[in-house]
Amino acid sequence: MAKKILLDNIDVPGLASFEVYKQLGGYSAVEKALKNLTPDQVTGEVTKSGLRGRGGAGFPTGMKWGFIDKKSGNPRYFVCNFDESEPGTFKDRHIGQLNPHLLIEGMILGSYALGARTSYIYIRGELFYVLKIIEKAIAEAYKNGLLGNNILGTGYSLDLYCQPGGGAYICGEETALLESLEGKRGNPRIKPPFPAVVGLYGCPTVVNNVETIATIPWIINNGYEAYSSIGIGNSKGTKLISACGHINKPGVYEIELGLPIEEFIYSDEYCGGIRNGNKLKAVVAGGSSVPILPAELILRTATGEPRLMSYESLSEGGFQSGSMLGSGGFIVMDHTTCIVKNLLTFARFYHHESCGQCSPCREGTGWMEKILHRIESGNGSMKDIDLLVNISKHIEGNTICPLGDAAAWPVASAIRHFRAEFEEHVKLQKCPF
Amino acid sequence: MPLLKLTIDNIEVEVEPGTTIMNAARKIGGHVVPPAMCYYSKLEGSGGKCRTCLVKVSQGSFKDNRPMPKLVASCRTLVQDGMVVQNTTSPEVIENRRAITEFLLLNHPLDCPVCDQAGECHLQDLSYQNGLEETNTDEARRTFAPIDIGNLIKLHMNRCILCYRCVMVADQITDSRVHGVLGRGDHSEISTLIKKAVDNDFSGNMIDVCPVGALTDKTFRFKSRVWFTRPFDAHRKCTKCSGKTVLWMKGEEILRVTGRKDKYGELEEFICNDCRFVYKQPKDWEIEGPRKIERHSVISQNHYEKLDNEENEDKIEA
Repeated sequence: MAKKILLDNIDVPGLASFEVYKQLGGYSAVEKALKNLTPDQVTGEVTKSGLRGRGGAGFPTGMKWGFIDKKSGNPRYFVCNFDESEPGTFKDRHIGQLNPHLLIEGMILGSYALGARTSYIYIRGELFYVLKIIEKAIAEAYKNGLLGNNILGTGYSLDLYCQPGGGAYICGEETALLESLEGKRGNPRIKPPFPAVVGLYGCPTVVNNVETIATIPWIINNGYEAYSSIGIGNSKGTKLISACGHINKPGVYEIELGLPIEEFIYSDEYCGGIRNGNKLKAVVAGGSSVPILPAELILRTATGEPRLMSYESLSEGGFQSGSMLGSGGFIVMDHTTCIVKNLLTFARFYHHESCGQCSPCREGTGWMEKILHRIESGNGSMKDIDLLVNISKHIEGNTICPLGDAAAWPVASAIRHFRAEFEEHVKLQKCPF
Repeated sequence: MPLLKLTIDNIEVEVEPGTTIMNAARKIGGHVVPPAMCYYSKLEGSGGKCRTCLVKVSQGSFKDNRPMPKLVASCRTLVQDGMVVQNTTSPEVIENRRAITEFLLLNHPLDCPVCDQAGECHLQDLSYQNGLEETNTDEARRTFAPIDIGNLIKLHMNRCILCYRCVMVADQITDSRVHGVLGRGDHSEISTLIKKAVDNDFSGNMIDVCPVGALTDKTFRFKSRVWFTRPFDAHRKCTKCSGKTVLWMKGEEILRVTGRKDKYGELEEFICNDCRFVYKQPKDWEIEGPRKIERHSVISQNHYEKLDNEENEDKIEA
């Protein structure tokens, strides 16, 4: 059995209640940190553990904390990004719904390390039932002296709020999230300045993903060496993967980074193979934004090495023959899947969710959707395929926030690896599936 | 603080710390200035949205001579000492500007023949300079019905490129903002909140800052093409603003009043609605003389004032 850090007790009934969580050793990390460690020591533990941001970009968490401006004298904020809305990703919900106290414990530790007195959990509006669970957990934590004034008699005070969003994917981008949290329209800000200097209400702010924050208590309890001994290369620790699509056992799995993808898809411990014994066709490895890979490239890299679940291995080969670990939304497609139709679904999503602030993304996402719709419905022409590649190339890298890239990559990669299928749609003037 | 050195298209210039690449380019002037559809130097926080001013930074600074990985928005990127910038000398920049122009025109109705902005439209200028000769698309465009926002301003959302300038004017110049951007993506629109009317003393500046024909002056609509009118600098005693304006006249008739715009199409000073909409008789104004139109736009085509050599050069380059 692989090491479990986040999902260790996930099946214990009543884990969402304070008593059960406490009984299983919960909040011991808060006690240890607040009583025995300085904020810098907590940051040091996280930095040395090699933990990387689990929201998609994989930026080292400790380094991100190190950027926070402590000299300005302004209040500092710690914000949890619970706006999980990437198609294919549903790992954070799993933690928030079943183990909310783990998230709160991580929030307290992070806030302590950064010197924040007020912290926020920004939760996706559609997850209203999870919001209720978290709010109940926050109330319990207040009642037991783990939030509020003078936590556990250590003199450290923290207020924690949970704020629902209005249902916009773009608010998962950290600066759009801060705008939304301030009560404004959720448009991403132009960077620099970065949130570590000018963030929430103009003050230094760190925004971290739910999974990242939920990992911190374990690191504090067990030490950074224990954490960094798990994993491979620069990909330390474990990762939650939300597997879905044409597999026998969809669900949220915790894996040790470095697990071979072939094992992940076919072993009974994880996905349990492809449904009905079908043939694997393609995998989107890290949520809808990352490039799609055909079966031969997802199982092995272009050089023939087995591909592993790690930041490095998945991106090996660049975008020519690689992809990204992303947020861990693992979408598996068997041979009955129409890649064009799947891509149209993604394109429709990005068209719908573009904030409309900068022109390449605002206009380009809608344009790509219209062209894909034309191809899928049998009215496409060969030059449409090149036009799609062209549009995606002109969106990528030219936008304010990564949503433009996220919209462009799936299109570019699907045509790169499955061009024949697009051409077949055009030749037959209908969808062959 | 010592001045910072930078090179734009092989031309060296020295600027104060805190200057953006755009403003450094404007200091040089001429063809090195990137086009700006959303940036407006008088409005705080403007820029960064339209992406037409993207430039290539081929050397970050003296200290760190690596190039920047992506094209950067020149209106929002600060100059570093020793920066080397490529605008028109970079094929990548030119290609991307062409693409951005295509994006901006994708949902634009191209109704220039019936648009009051024609002749002084920045999108028109941009597409003359960077547009494709033929279209790549036959998709249906998104459409909105024109609406009245208040009794003085007409909104044609179809023409809007969502530069946010009018929103910033309302935020920063007027005492209350009742309009903003509603909706998301390419279906977002400039609108007033629940049919409220835009009504305050400085709302007319929204018309002047609009780079396209989305916001037009209802007192001037369909009266004349701008290039058939003659602009005069004029002023009057005004208690609300400086009273310095441009009168656009046909014969003895004042067809419209606007603020004075510099060569980048930006207002020198914001003017009040009284000056703009109320005083339309020549006797109300002290006329200073013909307005020199510095832009190479169609307005100067029919201009009675002789173009001097410098402007001729500008025209040839454009």
